[in-house]
Amino acid sequence: MKNKLTDIFANSVVRMIVALAIVGTVSGAALVLVYNYSMPKIKVNMKADTERAIKDIFPQTDKIQNTKEEGVFKAVDSSGKLLGYAFLAEGNGYQGTIKMIAGVDGSITTMNGMEVLESQETPGLGAEIADDKFRKQFNGLSLSHEIEYVKNEKPQQPYEIEAITGATISSRSVVHILNKRIGEIRKALKG
Amino acid sequence: MIKDLIRGLWRENPIFVQVLGMCPTLAVTTKALFGFSMGIATLFVVVSSSVVISIIRKLVPEQVRIPMFTVIIATFVTAADYFLKANFFSISKALGPYVPLIVVNCIILGRAEAFASKNSVGRSFLDALGMGLGFTCALIVLGSIRELFGFGTIFGFQILGDGFEKWIIMILPAGAFITLGILVGVFNIIDKKMRARERVQG
Repeated sequence: MKNKLTDIFANSVVRMIVALAIVGTVSGAALVLVYNYSMPKIKVNMKADTERAIKDIFPQTDKIQNTKEEGVFKAVDSSGKLLGYAFLAEGNGYQGTIKMIAGVDGSITTMNGMEVLESQETPGLGAEIADDKFRKQFNGLSLSHEIEYVKNEKPQQPYEIEAITGATISSRSVVHILNKRIGEIRKALKG
Repeated sequence: MIKDLIRGLWRENPIFVQVLGMCPTLAVTTKALFGFSMGIATLFVVVSSSVVISIIRKLVPEQVRIPMFTVIIATFVTAADYFLKANFFSISKALGPYVPLIVVNCIILGRAEAFASKNSVGRSFLDALGMGLGFTCALIVLGSIRELFGFGTIFGFQILGDGFEKWIIMILPAGAFITLGILVGVFNIIDKKMRARERVQG
């Protein structure tokens, strides 16, 4: 009887299973500790990032409130007046996802600004969507019509922006993502 | 003992000699700071996993050693990723998916398989430290050169004047290949001269 038991432990299959199970369990336990330590901090970081962008778009922001719509926030000033809605918008760019935060006024007729949170666009070309020169075009842009872009000329209409030279795809992606998201938000906030 | 440390820094440098871990090497070195951060993250993973693997090396069944090493490495990589996200959020955002991808960096599994699973804890530690430092230094050199010509700065400090026209190609993948190629060439010339001198002296 005793011999059989030692045989089982000498058996390489059992040894393999035991070894893998131990390594897996210890790793799992270690990761639980790491997760518990870092998750609250990561959440704070991500929230701070979003809040900073919202305050950049609505400088008078005093309070940021959630709405029933996921990823849409109300920016309210110190007297409790609604400044507008800030919302997360993401979609495909030229390389990978572009993640932005943008603001519109309370009646969704003009844009208050746009800020890029994450993008993998080409440095020096598409990455300029995050630069002031391109971004500032969205401040006060009219939403009476879908946003459109023009190439190599000054925008004529209040709803037009000028695309970045050499980065039409990135510029177009930003416009498409915003148009789509603004449409969704209009529907959601009406209903 | 000291030989274990020096090896990774020069004669067996992971990037210039072994040409391992090319994916993060080429992708994240657009700026010196990113190269440095990536190097430190990799250094942490290669040292901790080498030490742990060296400690348990006699208990590891031969047939399942690779999966076991991979689980150990993945644990440290995940820890490093969460640590960066929690404490260095902007760097973590810039490095993007390349931190989790340290799991598949062949330098780490290579060291586990070729060195840590056969040698004492102390020697494995030194070996991993040398490899990690060699990797980090190479990434900093690569990142500094690309940042200098691509942005006119090194570690964010302005080096070239305002009149400098940025070489966008240096920040693009092509610039990574060109810079790496030139660096490997320069490395080989220096190494050849050093070896020739050693031969004369020896």
